Amino acid sequence: MAAILAVDDSASIRQMVSFTLRSAGHEVIEAVDGEDAVEKLRDHAVDVVLTDQNMPRMDGLTLVRTLRAREDCRHLPILILTTESSDAMKEMGREAGATGWLVKPFDPERLINVIDTVMSR
Amino acid sequence: MNQSPSSQPGSDGAGFDLSQFHAIFFEEAGENLANMEGLLLDVDIDAPDDEQLNAIFRCAHSIKGGAATFGFADVVELTHVMEALLDRLRRHELVPTSAMVDTLLESGDALRALLGRHRDQGDEELDFGELVDRIRVLTEGAAATAGAQVAASAEPAPRAEAPAPAVAGAAPVSGKRRLAARIGPLARAAIADQLVELFHDIPGLGEIEPADAGELDDGGYRHFSIVTETPDEELLDLFAFHVDRSQVSLRLADEGPDGAHATGEGAEAHADGWGLFEGPAKQGAAGTRVEPAGAAPSGDTTADAASGASRPPAAPPGGAGSGRRADRATRDASTLRVSVEKVDQLINIVGELVITQAMLAQTGRDLDPIVHQQMMSCLVDLERNTRLLQESVMAIRMIPMALVFNRFPRMLRDLTAKLGKRVELQTVGEATELDKGMVEKITDPLTHLVRNAADHGIEMPEDRIAAGKNPVGRITLSAQHRGGSILIEVQDDGRGLGRERILAKARERGIPVSDSMSDGEVFALVFEPGFSTASEVTDVSGRGVGMDVVRRNIQSLGGSVEIDSAEGYGTRVSVRLPLTLAIMDGMSVGVSTETYIVPLGSVVESINLEPSMIRSVGGVNQILEVRDEFLPVVSLQDFFAVPRAEESARGNSTVIVVEAEGQRVALLVDELIGQHQVVVKNLEANYRKVPGISGATIMGDGRVALILDVAHLVRRARH
Repeated sequence: MAAILAVDDSASIRQMVSFTLRSAGHEVIEAVDGEDAVEKLRDHAVDVVLTDQNMPRMDGLTLVRTLRAREDCRHLPILILTTESSDAMKEMGREAGATGWLVKPFDPERLINVIDTVMSR
Repeated sequence: MNQSPSSQPGSDGAGFDLSQFHAIFFEEAGENLANMEGLLLDVDIDAPDDEQLNAIFRCAHSIKGGAATFGFADVVELTHVMEALLDRLRRHELVPTSAMVDTLLESGDALRALLGRHRDQGDEELDFGELVDRIRVLTEGAAATAGAQVAASAEPAPRAEAPAPAVAGAAPVSGKRRLAARIGPLARAAIADQLVELFHDIPGLGEIEPADAGELDDGGYRHFSIVTETPDEELLDLFAFHVDRSQVSLRLADEGPDGAHATGEGAEAHADGWGLFEGPAKQGAAGTRVEPAGAAPSGDTTADAASGASRPPAAPPGGAGSGRRADRATRDASTLRVSVEKVDQLINIVGELVITQAMLAQTGRDLDPIVHQQMMSCLVDLERNTRLLQESVMAIRMIPMALVFNRFPRMLRDLTAKLGKRVELQTVGEATELDKGMVEKITDPLTHLVRNAADHGIEMPEDRIAAGKNPVGRITLSAQHRGGSILIEVQDDGRGLGRERILAKARERGIPVSDSMSDGEVFALVFEPGFSTASEVTDVSGRGVGMDVVRRNIQSLGGSVEIDSAEGYGTRVSVRLPLTLAIMDGMSVGVSTETYIVPLGSVVESINLEPSMIRSVGGVNQILEVRDEFLPVVSLQDFFAVPRAEESARGNSTVIVVEAEGQRVALLVDELIGQHQVVVKNLEANYRKVPGISGATIMGDGRVALILDVAHLVRRARH
């Protein structure tokens, strides 16, 4: 049972992720972009961050960097969602300090597996 | 289409039905498409704004992401090539051209069609293969002369999200080697089979075999294993005959698992599209939960030059709807999507509540205020709260005019291209709000007015220059609140209306006119039925719809329309509408035992009748003389056949002068009761359509009062 922060500017994707993870017994907090995510972290305890890349105001990579610069988020698992397993994107994710990546489209099962794997490390 | 099961819409991965999220995705995609269209229309080919190009890219990207997630592969394919083009544009690798904008606009339409088909589960064949090819051609176009700057310029958006360069970093370019190739996303698995043919056809190219079962994987990809000496670049060139470069990913396949997609050192990769980076500092571990400490977010998020998305959005261009872009993120976080039916039902119930409260208030008047002091006090509170509730609920349905104005830039662009005219559209007051029901009904009349302005108002560029005007004509759409109504105006700086021409045409049509008519009356002739003829209505202005229908539509909404013009300078059409259809200000009048409501907007004056004022004409019709004007008289008692028990002194002794469609009529009633705001109930839905009646309401005494359709009464009286 984990608290997951799902960051994506698309409401349909947020809802899909929330629904899936809640069905697996997790708690999900939603944020519409990087800035909103940082806000939500102020009020919620979070175990894993799942973030899209392309969002207005603050994109995924910037969010990762922002969080990693904080003492309390240095080891927080952060996963980046990408639409292609573009290697350059993965490189940038790694450089920014992300914990891992997940390619869109993903099916709900895979999402649950990923979260389970990350939580069990 | 050959799709793997888990990417088909509505199907699951093990028990999850994603179709419940489709509706939201379709709405979102619709918003993105509208946004994208607005931005495309605003693009200045000669001086493109980076933020705009980025925003357009994000729109396409967003739609692609959702479509991929929910398994709409045809949408993915189209948005994918659009994204490729947009990406090159935003990196300044290509110079924007008018052809590109047009093609992207066309793609937007195509996406709308594809999404619509998925949403409505239609089964017509939609093939946009030709469009996809055209976009590819545009994308491959010559690099911008500014391309040399690409490497040097601080390109804000992360390169990563672009279709990746096909060749991985450290792989040797030639020499016999084994490659793992991943092709996609594809709409059909068979597309990639053509690559196998390539290797058959070209001797020495190498060897290829599928590393999958011949089907697309979850992400829509095919996987192959290739052994070859041919350099990567050459392979990519050949593959480009069948698939886009950006759809090909080649990786050195070491003794890794077959078909696995190794990503270089230090990563734990999974064949099914996810992975974790190695390294102790990055790993999640139990106990890494972040507690809310109220810690301030680190540093200056806008200082990060590497991410253009964190720059504050550019000032919205003048087009409608663009102002909402900047606020979308905050709006998303604090709004609810609610179905229209729910809101309508809420309004209905509140309407009933208002009627019940009025009845309570009425009953309360008969009670002794001292004895029932407590209750009277409650009734006062009830009235106030009910009024506030009604105002709040009506406000929910108010939406900004921007939603109406939105469609005009695109419409004008297409229209003026067809007509060979040059027109600039200006909108003022897009934020002005109007009831949703009104918005839907005002759109068609407004469209007709704007078309008219472009077609008949604005002159051809040569004629404008000859007249000393700017060759680019201007049409201004404005909306503002004016004393309880909304005033919408369509103004053009075209040729204006010629008084003499209109009078002449009216005479031709047999419409009674006189030279002593004021300019206002002459211009209003344009609204007469039959004024515009088939020869005048071009294919562009409408199918013979006519200004008379426009005026009738507006009046049926309880509004009015006027034209003002100055020949040679331009024309302005002013539409006045009530803010909502559900509540109306009315004057209640009594006829025998019945009560009728006259819409206050159509009341001119009320007169106590002296018998000498009425005369008979031809023994049947009655006319009334009022200050040198003769008005037809309509007796409501006769018109509606209201039974009268006995003649009384009050009978037929009051006249209400009303006006509709530029004509006046005197309504004969018993008495003027009062003025109220009434909740309008639909008569047709509850009973049937009754000529002369536009709706009904329930008065405080619980009885039904019918609301008069003044336009109808006027029309009947004048014939």
